[in-house]
Amino acid sequence: MQQPNKLKPFFENLNFERKDNTMVINFGPQHPSAHGQLRLVLELQGEQVVKAYPDIGYLHRGVEKMGENMIYNEFLPTTDRLDYIASTSNNYAFALAVERLLGIEDKVPRRAKVIRTMLLEINRIISHLFFLATHALDVGAMSIFLYAFREREYAMDLMEDYCGARLTHAAVRIGGVPLDLPADWISNLSNFLNKLPEQIKLYEDLLTENRIWKMRLEDVGVLSPEDALSWGCTGPMLRGSGHAYDIRKEEPYELYDELDFDIPVTTRCDSYGRYRLYMEEMKESVKILRQLVSMYPKTEPKLMAHAPQYISAPKEEIMTQNYALMQHFVLVTQGMRPPKGTVYAPTESPKGELGFYIVSEGEPYAYRMKVRAPSFFHTGLLQELLVGTYIADVVTIIGSTNIVFGEVDR
Amino acid sequence: MRRYSPKKNVQAKAKYNDRFWVAPRVPRESIEEGSYFAEAVEALQANGIEVLESFVELGQLVVKINPEQNIATLTTLKEKSCVKMCSELSAVDYLEQDGEFEIFYQLLNLDRAQRVRVVTRIKEGQAIESIEKIFKMANFAEREMYDMFGIYVNNHPYLKRILMPDDWYGHPLLKTYPLQGDEHASWYEVDKIFGKEYRDVIGPEIRDTATIDRYDTERFSRVGHEVPFGADPELVDTTEKSIEDGYSKTVLTDYTTGSRELENRR
Repeated sequence: MQQPNKLKPFFENLNFERKDNTMVINFGPQHPSAHGQLRLVLELQGEQVVKAYPDIGYLHRGVEKMGENMIYNEFLPTTDRLDYIASTSNNYAFALAVERLLGIEDKVPRRAKVIRTMLLEINRIISHLFFLATHALDVGAMSIFLYAFREREYAMDLMEDYCGARLTHAAVRIGGVPLDLPADWISNLSNFLNKLPEQIKLYEDLLTENRIWKMRLEDVGVLSPEDALSWGCTGPMLRGSGHAYDIRKEEPYELYDELDFDIPVTTRCDSYGRYRLYMEEMKESVKILRQLVSMYPKTEPKLMAHAPQYISAPKEEIMTQNYALMQHFVLVTQGMRPPKGTVYAPTESPKGELGFYIVSEGEPYAYRMKVRAPSFFHTGLLQELLVGTYIADVVTIIGSTNIVFGEVDR
Repeated sequence: MRRYSPKKNVQAKAKYNDRFWVAPRVPRESIEEGSYFAEAVEALQANGIEVLESFVELGQLVVKINPEQNIATLTTLKEKSCVKMCSELSAVDYLEQDGEFEIFYQLLNLDRAQRVRVVTRIKEGQAIESIEKIFKMANFAEREMYDMFGIYVNNHPYLKRILMPDDWYGHPLLKTYPLQGDEHASWYEVDKIFGKEYRDVIGPEIRDTATIDRYDTERFSRVGHEVPFGADPELVDTTEKSIEDGYSKTVLTDYTTGSRELENRR
């Protein structure tokens, strides 16, 4: 405890230790660059970090516990609150895990698959633009923030047109999607896809060869390939360290095995390399979305899988047929009862590997629901990645890991 | 007679159960000869690890081992079977049924895109060896497991609570822990903010967000019985008053023509 007097005034965030000449500084949890609720206790020797201790749990809401006390369909909107930058990725990861458990992954109609893949990629663009905006803002490039948020707004308008929500989408259901695309949605999407590459070029013109940007990012936050594996890094953190592993390619789900896209990888291992990956991934997402736009008209208008034991019938059938109504009533009031078993379904969310580990005992409530969130492990990595860096780079590195505290604390 | 409520599992349960319904099981396939999974299991057995059970569930290899051999198993898988990443690690509470925790390690081979799950069971109160030396991700993951289940991990570099506060009582993901928190949880913030001596004044925290207090006039007043904000409800006349205007009458009014009932209400 500090004993403040005139010679040693009280500093809320600082703790001077005389013995070893290090200074302990508290960063967050209410810091604009803390990406939400990260508290970081740093031990400094001069300006160099000698010890970093990430303290999390300020946004802990017990999502896993809630998942064990809700029926499966009831829990789906709760998953929005994990990675709230790209909600549909969470919805989808959960829906996929339950579908694998039920064995209805192949029964999802093709139109639903097209729509889901579209939504996933739009969410990837939204998340990556958000990363770019906040990362640049943290580092000091303020105008990028405004440019990137403008494009993100157009992408969010698309999401809003589809599902009515901007952040907490709940746009996917177990077994399909609830709604077809609105009338002029595809043309709006095409307009957006035509504009976005120009905008990405604008960001790249502003940043990629920018002297200050390069000085702040190059060789900052160097993560070796071995450490990336050992710390459980996934997504751009893993690919930024030279491992070409993308779950969309390696363990394809939805339509990713039919789509033509590339996985950008870099062996630079630093923040600059990761920034480049994010930009390339956005271009790949545009490529994927263009292919999906042409796929959409060729599909049948069916949206939900036919599995009466688990999934309610379409609304028209519920309204006209007695048995469909009974099924629907039981599924809503009691919930579906998946078979006994354990499933772990990994998906490539914008942040990395997002997977739901569900243990089912044949009850309408999951026996165990574990959310494997990429940001959780990227936060754990900070305690090693920050050591030896300078205090000015700390914010760059936190921004570069792209952690979102909704899914770190869950 | 007080109603019986089970103490060992206080989680949500199905209200209706068909006595004759038997839940099916996700098919457990046997391991194909010569496949990567078979090689992995053979490598384990060759290194003196007792594989209690091994099968393929939904495309992923599941290996059940003894808890004492978790380090040896993961080291062998990492070195012999090229499993370079541990994606996830946590526990499942089976205390009610077997008095055991199931601990799982979800592993990934990046080169062949294959996933292996190592499963082991420990008794209540038994500790498990940390795998932090093999996979550094266990640093956070094992701390979370300790925090959520109270499972001690030996030789962990920093085994402290991670998501819950350091002075929290109880482990939230146990089946004995209610969804809204236990007795200690309801006093935690009162003790922290006001101090224990204020317990009588403040009362326990209401942790069920769906609670409606019918005597709370500020937030949950009945229609026609509203109390001005901050006013003393004792002084406000809250006796039953008959409302002249029938609600249905107003609703049925044609708004376009502007009939008299609507004017009166305004």
